[in-house]
Amino acid sequence: MPPTVTTVTLDVARYRPEQESEPTVQSYEVPFRKDWVVLDALNYVKDQLDGSLSFRWSCRMGVCGSCGMTVNGQPRLTCAAFLSAEPSGPIRVEPLRYFPVVRDLVVDITDFMRKLKKVKPWIVRNEEKPLAEGEYRQTPDQLDAYKQFSMCINCLLCYSACPIYGLEPSFIGPAAIALAQRYNMDSRDEGARERLQILSEHDGMWQCTFVGECTKACPKHVDPAGAIQQYKLTSAAHWFKTLLPWGMK
Amino acid sequence: MDLFSCDVLVVGGGGAGLRAAIAVAESHPRLRVAVISKVYPMRSHTVSAEGGAAAVIKAGDSQDAHAYDTISGGDWLCDQDAVEAFVREAPEEMLRLEHWGCPWSREPDGHVAVRPFGGMKVERTWFAADKTGFHMLHTLFQTSLKYDAIQRYDECFVTRLLVDEGRCQGLVAIELATGKVLAIAAGAVILCTGGCGKVFPFTTNANIKNGDGMALAYRAGAPLKDMEFVQYHPTGLPFTGILITEAARSEGGWLLNKDGYRYLQDYDLGKPEPRPVLRSMELGPRDRLSQAFVKEQEKGRTIEGPYGHYVHLDVRHLGEKLIDRKIPFVRELCLKYMNIDPVKEMIPVRPVVHYMMGGISTDIDGATPLAGLYAAGEAACVSINGANRLGSNSLTECLVFGARAGQAAAEGAGQRGEPSPALVAQAQDEQRRIEERFLHGTGGAEKIATLRAEMHQTMEASAGIYRTESTLKEAAGTLEGLQERLPDVALDDHSHTFNTELTAALELSYMLDLAQAIVQSALERRESRGSHQRTDHPGRDDGAFLKHSLAYRSADGRPRVEYLPVKITRWPPGQRVYGR
Repeated sequence: MPPTVTTVTLDVARYRPEQESEPTVQSYEVPFRKDWVVLDALNYVKDQLDGSLSFRWSCRMGVCGSCGMTVNGQPRLTCAAFLSAEPSGPIRVEPLRYFPVVRDLVVDITDFMRKLKKVKPWIVRNEEKPLAEGEYRQTPDQLDAYKQFSMCINCLLCYSACPIYGLEPSFIGPAAIALAQRYNMDSRDEGARERLQILSEHDGMWQCTFVGECTKACPKHVDPAGAIQQYKLTSAAHWFKTLLPWGMK
Repeated sequence: MDLFSCDVLVVGGGGAGLRAAIAVAESHPRLRVAVISKVYPMRSHTVSAEGGAAAVIKAGDSQDAHAYDTISGGDWLCDQDAVEAFVREAPEEMLRLEHWGCPWSREPDGHVAVRPFGGMKVERTWFAADKTGFHMLHTLFQTSLKYDAIQRYDECFVTRLLVDEGRCQGLVAIELATGKVLAIAAGAVILCTGGCGKVFPFTTNANIKNGDGMALAYRAGAPLKDMEFVQYHPTGLPFTGILITEAARSEGGWLLNKDGYRYLQDYDLGKPEPRPVLRSMELGPRDRLSQAFVKEQEKGRTIEGPYGHYVHLDVRHLGEKLIDRKIPFVRELCLKYMNIDPVKEMIPVRPVVHYMMGGISTDIDGATPLAGLYAAGEAACVSINGANRLGSNSLTECLVFGARAGQAAAEGAGQRGEPSPALVAQAQDEQRRIEERFLHGTGGAEKIATLRAEMHQTMEASAGIYRTESTLKEAAGTLEGLQERLPDVALDDHSHTFNTELTAALELSYMLDLAQAIVQSALERRESRGSHQRTDHPGRDDGAFLKHSLAYRSADGRPRVEYLPVKITRWPPGQRVYGR
């Protein structure tokens, strides 16, 4: 192990509902190491200083989506937030915004899990092709049409960055819309109409002013704001066509 | 305590678990199937798998060739009937995933593309760039959402299996959000909880990989098979242990020592060619490559870094375009976590604990010797991986044997009623144990992190790439000592709400059981085969050890090792030949 050069203070939001009615802040002094991320520092706290601090984490390589928190005011994956990249002074670590806090840095994501299912994130076919007939052909260009929207790790940084979700929790939200679009754009899928209906029931989408905070927050470059924009256009076109005498059913 | 019941209960929501649950829902739509996991399913460690999943689909390939690669790669410790079923059912399982929407990388004409992989004589590895596990897991999870029959218990930590009258009939779990204890009765239980890489200090494995299911089965009396076989992946990033996929080598990357020399040519792995050659050099099997690293280090030809010795993985000659198209995640991980751009710089790598070939002993349908209990995926040992798994066989294994276990469990489950009074009594005992032991402030001065670190050191020193009798014996003693100190662990956290210190203590106790099983099985296998290399017993000994080890937990907690013959069908034991 390289020697510890110095230390850094973590100001961590605490909330233990069995003991306190309001969140508090607890400061911990941890070693400052160049190759440490905020998650390493939290694990140092957990192992060496205070076993009662709760947070989620798993893969430590930015793909499981567990360790999203608010670091110095920004929604971040703590496994990819290097201590050395933060401004000097204490580092504030708080739970993701706009979600109910279960405990300390752990937020309640059951609302998102419900929304995820709502957009029917699976291949919808009018007729299934038997397996014996082999794969659906899909050219690299057809794959590229939806590939980016398939990269979402459900880390929820986009919800935590979304001002609309903050005001209107019924908004189905950036990741769920991007996922709907991932299937809509998949050449194997025939469920776009059904999904459009589901999404149109929620007016949240129209409140999105394309501020693009979700896209900025996304650690995987999914571009949910782009998906929402595409969706609005499709939806508007669909609505317009229904007004025409030869319009779609 | 809350009581629930279902017909088939799947523990773990990764590749194997979700595939099993969908198999139940599709084949037996009237059964109630539930998935219980200590994380949300899309957090499961399948998500981290990168390179690909093997299945024969192209002209010029054959299922026999896939079987031979797998069996020779496993140093003849695979059960060949299981391998034959595996290679036969693999293509259909992979196609099914394609129909469910998995974004497989494609040929220009729209057909699924395949890439070469280590130890495979023909290109047969399906891939979704280098995030194959991520895409497979999300496809499975999203597809599972359309089956209303599948109920989920997310973020519930299983502490014990309920066994009555010689049959597994359910389990006890803690709902993390509330700390509530749940007893769930089930007609059949399928353990799909993955491996236990976290028994070691330096691993590609996620924090959740503590072998929970293996330990649960072991404690319930089911044996663990071939636990001495631990796979070191040759290319992990120092410090973090982040995996750099084998695909980096299959696309043409080179392993270089400190002199820039492709050192694998010195270890009977073939001659260096500019283009990748199948079953040769950098495309040799993982055990042989990791062993070559150790030899190279002994010769003083590796590079010393702050986190141990390393060599270089060089992909610069592949060019930015290919790197971004075929292995973009490699670049992303290096940039984000090492501040290195593999387009311009060499990647420091060293062998890292990656996969457990061993696991809960099952038959070809995922059934364990304990009635009502099944297992699939890394948690299980069927065995198709023998003494060394080939890269890209494990994702496919999750599908093939997840589906098989789901089918078999559904057929064996029957409709399940309410839990019997005997089961409820067991569950109440378990609730009392957790409350009294952990939440009411008992214990002494020991810390979880201290015991875990000592276990880590012990395992790395004794059960690493090369092993020997004396250090293994010493390790067995040290682990017993750690077991004795375990009751002295005291928690800072006595609350019920999302108590991750409690789960860490339970995970540590699981891992210590498994560490003992690994060490004891390694001690008693006095030969060298695949990933198990004994410096005091070099060479494979088919006369004495062409058989699986079975570790049982005896009454005093120590492992007792028995043996089971390997099933040979068409490929008699032969020499493993690579690069010639």
